[in-house]
Amino acid sequence: MAAEKRVTLRSRWLPWVLLAPQGFIIVVFFFWPAGQALLQSLQQSDAFGTSVSWVGLENFRNLWNDESYLESFRTTAVFSILVAVLGLSISLMLAVFADRVVRGARWYRTLLIWPYAVAPAVAGVLWLFMFSHSVGIVSYWLQELGIAWNPLLDADHAMLLIVMAAVWKQLSYNFLFFLAGLQSIPKSLIEAAAIDGARPWRRFWTIQFPLLSPTSFFLLVMNVVFAFFDTFAIVDAATKGGPGKATSILVYKVYYDGFKALDLGGSAAQSVVLMVIVVTLTIIQFRFVEKKVSY
Amino acid sequence: MGAIAIRNVVKRYGRGPSALQVIHGVSAEIADGEFIVIVGPSGCGKSTLLRMVAGLEEISDGEISVGGRVVNDVEPADRDIAMVFQNYALYPHMSVYQNMAYGLKIAKVPKAEIEARVQKAAKILELSPLLQRTPRQLSGGQRQRVAMGRAIVRQPQAFLFDEPLSNLDAKLRAQTRLEIRKLHQELGVTSLFVTHDQVEAMTLGQRLIVMNAGRIEQIGTPEDVYGRPATTFVAGFIGSPPMNLLAGQADGSRFTVGGVTLQLPSAAPRAGALTLGVRPEHAAIHRDGGWPLRVDMLEMLGAERLLYGHLGDAAFVLRIDGTLVPPKAGETINLHLPREHLHWYDSGTGQRVA
Amino acid sequence: MVERRPTLGILAHVVLLLGVLIIAFPVYVAFVASTHTVADVIKAPMPMLPGAHFVDNYLGALEGGGMGTGSKAAVGRMMVVSLISALVIAIGKIAISLLSAFAIVYFRFPFRMLCFWAIFVTLMLPVEVRIGPTYKVVSDLNMLNTYAGLTVPLIASATATFLFRQFFLTVPDELLEAARMDGAGPMRFFKDILLPLSATSIAALFVIQFIYGWNQYLWPLLVTTDESMYPVVIGIKRMIAGGETQTDWNLVMATAILAMIPPALVVMLMQKWFVKGLVDTEK
Repeated sequence: MAAEKRVTLRSRWLPWVLLAPQGFIIVVFFFWPAGQALLQSLQQSDAFGTSVSWVGLENFRNLWNDESYLESFRTTAVFSILVAVLGLSISLMLAVFADRVVRGARWYRTLLIWPYAVAPAVAGVLWLFMFSHSVGIVSYWLQELGIAWNPLLDADHAMLLIVMAAVWKQLSYNFLFFLAGLQSIPKSLIEAAAIDGARPWRRFWTIQFPLLSPTSFFLLVMNVVFAFFDTFAIVDAATKGGPGKATSILVYKVYYDGFKALDLGGSAAQSVVLMVIVVTLTIIQFRFVEKKVSY
Repeated sequence: MGAIAIRNVVKRYGRGPSALQVIHGVSAEIADGEFIVIVGPSGCGKSTLLRMVAGLEEISDGEISVGGRVVNDVEPADRDIAMVFQNYALYPHMSVYQNMAYGLKIAKVPKAEIEARVQKAAKILELSPLLQRTPRQLSGGQRQRVAMGRAIVRQPQAFLFDEPLSNLDAKLRAQTRLEIRKLHQELGVTSLFVTHDQVEAMTLGQRLIVMNAGRIEQIGTPEDVYGRPATTFVAGFIGSPPMNLLAGQADGSRFTVGGVTLQLPSAAPRAGALTLGVRPEHAAIHRDGGWPLRVDMLEMLGAERLLYGHLGDAAFVLRIDGTLVPPKAGETINLHLPREHLHWYDSGTGQRVA
Repeated sequence: MVERRPTLGILAHVVLLLGVLIIAFPVYVAFVASTHTVADVIKAPMPMLPGAHFVDNYLGALEGGGMGTGSKAAVGRMMVVSLISALVIAIGKIAISLLSAFAIVYFRFPFRMLCFWAIFVTLMLPVEVRIGPTYKVVSDLNMLNTYAGLTVPLIASATATFLFRQFFLTVPDELLEAARMDGAGPMRFFKDILLPLSATSIAALFVIQFIYGWNQYLWPLLVTTDESMYPVVIGIKRMIAGGETQTDWNLVMATAILAMIPPALVVMLMQKWFVKGLVDTEK
């Protein structure tokens, strides 16, 4: 696909008029606030918010030295790795089998993609309900089995809870992409491998999996971004960052510090760090996806 | 009325010293109602020239006029011309009727008039039963006819065809060629037809413009271009199999080529480095005399046979009647050149000498 | 199928069925819970089959009220807020993105590439990383607790513009040339040719943006304090604010089911375009 059009239209003023709506909105609601975030991250206001002083990179230094911030970093890292690994492997398995079946393929697909529509907040509430120490049905079964399940007290249980909710929510998204990726591999390659004597298991690892690498990489990045940002609602619904701060992922901390603890400078600094992370991930994503595998 | 004049037209891409010039000052005068074919190899600039007449490309220098009016700065829609594209360019979501009516709708032609024109064009092109179909439901040949229909309904001063037959299979191509000729006979509208296929050029054009590397090599009727090619390029481009071009040294009635010196049937126009051109069908095999041609290979084409051989180490192709008993590979035969059908070119410039 | 391996075929169906069941399980539990009284639900183990209080619970949720300690807001009202927000976000984003993509792809003008990159940058930063200052802007413009405040800042990101740009680049040049020869100006070309050809992309994007808008949580959390402007996903969360044993779980689950219906409907009905669009978008 060309990156440019060879044939274009001529007008002095029309393109500007067309761009105006989006331009206006992104200037007011994106660039201005983003700039403000950068600015605020370099400032500190006193407890009453009446005066602002310039502190340079002090907010960032404080973050670096703040144990709870580093802890939040660790939590987020653990969380995203778990979500990405579990989410990708389960959905890959489902996609491989969905690719194989002949009958009912469309039904399976329909029944596996509708969770895309579920709001993260709702997902959080559902899993909270199922695993609630006092009223949850799964909690009850676990306790019958002798496992002392309690996400309100046990940090690992809480983490497990939000991981499950997040993976459940992302399964359909990952599944869709893996399925599309598998279906775009020319059947002739697989047939050639079969004639060469490769069994299904071997065929998967030596042909399909490598050819899926652009899709896998893309999904890896998307899942990490999802785990970083779109899971706010899940955390707020299921654990509120608790117990203590055990499930307070970075984006939750930004919200808490900015709106509950009212530490604007610190929260802005955290926002800036998050911005850098996302931009880096997106750049990696685009660079890599540009080099697609060609047959 | 529908005359097209191209005067010293230049096309450049980019600006300043690093600009790339692709068309180097070409001129041609096309009379009203003429069917002109612009023919040449890929990249020679023929499509670019056509698009400049259409208004889809800027004219860097020179001027183009349609119907006596200079149109350099006129929008394509206002030049009163219509174009048939190589890939048909039909609007995929509109029916055949809507495709043909679109331009008229924009020009605010009254509905009754649109209906009349579309129906008339559909009848000429045998598209009447297909008017409600979408392009997806049509074959390649049918789509091409819709593209032509779209051009016809606008009743322009000139038609521009941009390699419209390239995407059709051989049989369809021959059929559509005849239909285009019929159409021109019926409507008599000035037409500029671009193609890289010299067979299409020879069969359709009243006059040909042969282009190469951004220049016009020759303008003439098919007979002119075939019978008296102006340059070695035209000689080698028009005609299939192409004219034999033998580059060598001429000296009076002797010609040294391929390492051998041979006797000419008539004196060369001048001495020096000359290229001799002889068409495959104009040479003949005689029992004796003439030039020794060593036979390499024969191709049987049905009505005729092609004989590939060498004079010394210069290649030569000869056409002989398919019913005659052919010589065998490895034999040496006597090649006889006709006095009348010799073409002489300067080996350096490629220009015709006689 | 490459060769006959019946066991593998059976295994595939087993795994897929398991997958479908696991995916559906939480929702099944929610549905069951939404049809019992709160007393039955709280007493563990909860029954596994639907009960008889379907109508009571759903009506109760829609109208608001209940005896728990969480929010008692009327879910009906919240569904309306969610619906309007989602529609405004989806339609608004699609409309301005079509125009911007058209400008960027089909015109040459100074600073064109700069505009493109400026729009592209917005792809990279979701609202979550700029909540503080964006909140301040919205508050300064007196847009708190309004539909405008809920929706406009979310239209800022350029996912749709990017998708349409990718699509426009695949439209053959010759269509534009033919339209020019036919006398169509830029906006005519846009309306008569480009838009109809973009129908599938628009449909797919509508699904994606509608769901995005409906599921918004963090942003509405910040800009709405008035109960009557809560979208339903916020409402659900607030219902469980009281503590696990004090909540009207049956009503909460009914609300959850209600909240899932519109987006699920949109996905199911437009499944074909949605799948195609999602895969094409992100690539």
